[in-house]
Amino acid sequence: MKANGAQIIIESLKKENVEYMFGYPGGVVIPIFHQLFNAPFKFILSRHEQGAVHAADGYARASGKTGVVLATSGPGATNLVTGIATAYMDSVPLVVFTGQVSTRMIGNDAFQEVDVTGITRPITKHNYLVQDVKDLARIIKEAFHIAGTGRPGPVVIDVPVDISNAEHKFHYPEKIDIRGYKPKYEGHPVQIEKACKLIEASKKPVIYAGGGVIISNASKELREFVKLTGIPITTTLLGLGVYPETDKLSLEMLGMHGTYYANHAVNESDLLIAIGARFDDRVTGNIKTFIPNAKVIHIDIDPASVSKNVLVDVPIVGDCRHVLNEINKMIKAPSIDPWIKEVMKMKEEHPLTYDQPQKGMIKPQFVVEEIYRLTKGDAVICTEVGQNQMWAAQFYKYTQPRTFISSGGLGTMGYGFPAAIGAQLARPDKRVIDIAGDGSIQMNIQELIVAVQHRLPVIVAILNNGFLGMVRQWQQLFYEKRYSHTCINFAPDFVKLAEAYGAAGIRVEEKEDVAAAIKKALSINDRPIIIDFVVNREENVYPMVPAGKSVKDTIMRELA
Amino acid sequence: MRQYVISVKVENKFGVLARVAGLFSARGYNIDSLTVSATEQDNISVMTIVVRGDDRVIEQVKKQLNKLIDVIKVTDHTDLPCVQREIVLIKVNAPASKRAEIYQLGEIFRADIADISPKSITLGVKGEPDKIDNFIELLRPYGIKELMRTGRVSLVKEQ
Ligand SMILES: Cc1ncc(C[n+]2csc(CCOP(=O)(O)OP(=O)(O)O)c2C)c(N)n1
Repeated sequence: MKANGAQIIIESLKKENVEYMFGYPGGVVIPIFHQLFNAPFKFILSRHEQGAVHAADGYARASGKTGVVLATSGPGATNLVTGIATAYMDSVPLVVFTGQVSTRMIGNDAFQEVDVTGITRPITKHNYLVQDVKDLARIIKEAFHIAGTGRPGPVVIDVPVDISNAEHKFHYPEKIDIRGYKPKYEGHPVQIEKACKLIEASKKPVIYAGGGVIISNASKELREFVKLTGIPITTTLLGLGVYPETDKLSLEMLGMHGTYYANHAVNESDLLIAIGARFDDRVTGNIKTFIPNAKVIHIDIDPASVSKNVLVDVPIVGDCRHVLNEINKMIKAPSIDPWIKEVMKMKEEHPLTYDQPQKGMIKPQFVVEEIYRLTKGDAVICTEVGQNQMWAAQFYKYTQPRTFISSGGLGTMGYGFPAAIGAQLARPDKRVIDIAGDGSIQMNIQELIVAVQHRLPVIVAILNNGFLGMVRQWQQLFYEKRYSHTCINFAPDFVKLAEAYGAAGIRVEEKEDVAAAIKKALSINDRPIIIDFVVNREENVYPMVPAGKSVKDTIMRELA
Repeated sequence: MRQYVISVKVENKFGVLARVAGLFSARGYNIDSLTVSATEQDNISVMTIVVRGDDRVIEQVKKQLNKLIDVIKVTDHTDLPCVQREIVLIKVNAPASKRAEIYQLGEIFRADIADISPKSITLGVKGEPDKIDNFIELLRPYGIKELMRTGRVSLVKEQ
């Protein structure tokens, strides 16, 4: 079939069974939009390109499929940059099409020309500038392959307008062979055996599971592994849900705002089994004092993650699911009863807590707990960044993978709401709730109209403290309480704002009204709902291991 | 900090050089020399990168290089038996009184006389990087006006 470049793009996306494309038009992509008009998949028009790429990212994280984005050249492309970097840091598969000026004009500072492949080089898994329409179908095939396999990530395809208009026969390759790209899924059997021996001989082991386990869909295998060995498990922020936090062996999240018992168990362990996690500094704190007595097993598909921050005793490069499957076939349980007792005691003695007065003022943690209770833990929770994100991680108990969606590596404010739109499209069967801060929500609030247009009942729960709370917390604790430019109580009326967009708006100022408001929101099914929870202004997130410090420096609660 | 020689086999495509160089520059590493060479295969080039750095960081850079889609193979030549060659062009001050000496030195190093002017001689030498270092040192007292090294190419010896 003869087709132009634009048609080739649409036909290729059909071959990839794309359900949704997210994006925004502009001059050089009009030929592609011209063909999109009749495309069999749905196009979601964002109101800012950043909203489109975050939505595609949320869609990808919630579904496990690859998110697809289209934006125009120049400002359209640069508006995508934060979203691409967000996806890159958290290994989210995206294929991002950007328009480009005509090949003859490239390099001439043409109208709306930017060097997209140059700008996105360090924040993509790979990128392409299409120079010949003959290559287009193959490049798209490669892009989907690269984005979705190995350690996933975003791939950008920059398409000059003359390529979109040029004609060529459409042929989508069945197979491709990229000699420089052969991800390794199977772990080395000798290493796997070594790991099993180490596990069986350990006295104080802890599993530290990250987002990689969710990406490789290895939640089932991980649960089996815990069942077979009886080893306690903590997860990273992005690993939440991979193991039920309601289970006795779950230590919930570790790291800067992790639980006392997760951080202490890891610190005292004699063996740390890292699975699909990368020893981020928000997890390790001071790397020199991290796990003083532990050997380390590290299972990860990315060889560059192994021994990057922490020297590893038994590295296993491979897909978490494959490797866990192999381990489960041969592993015997270690004898760790005294250790389990010790860990359970820590859990009992140092639970996550906060003080909620009986009446009146609302504690943000309470809101999160009520959301958990009233959704029976069955919602998909997205978050913004800051205190809201940490409370959402701490006080909602995650039991299923792909139900906690948050910008971990980049920490992008304004991610949560557009991501929730994408997640809701991916999971129409679930309630999707964005737990937000009053600062972050204003970073992509324009996307509200997208949720209204598509009747997506996303709930935005704003924990409104009138501050850029997390920064204010650092200012309070480490910068003499000088709240320099973090007070944002000069704010819009979020209820009126919701109504102006055609969404529902609810304000809650008393603890007594929290449950009713959440119930009301949950009863609405045909439009987004903003709940403006006016919460305690100077609440802090605890525990806290200050940046670069050790577990022993943990701040557990407010110092008087 | 140690000097490393890293050999990177890459797809002969535009943009690859920027990807490879970017991994070093992002870490604030200055590349001592980088050559891009054609190979026995049309669509494959080899980059020979000489760079000084910290062990752990170089280890990480090698892994990151391997992750680049257009990189086919990364080999660390630092501690491998290799044959290495480099070319240097040196323009040295050569008043009539010093000319004979300079010619003689050149002969020992099998230099070719690339250019002569009333005040200077330009010599070209190829060889092992050590030999070139030596040659430069010996010419330094005469006053080097301009100097340019190609950066080395490196092949692992047949076992
Ligand atoms: C795009 C972006 N800009 C700045 C920051 C730095 N930052 C981290 S948390 C935070 C405050 C967030 O405030 P808010 O959304 O109100 O949430 P809260 O911490 O109060 O829950 C800021 C400014 C960031 N993470 N992302």
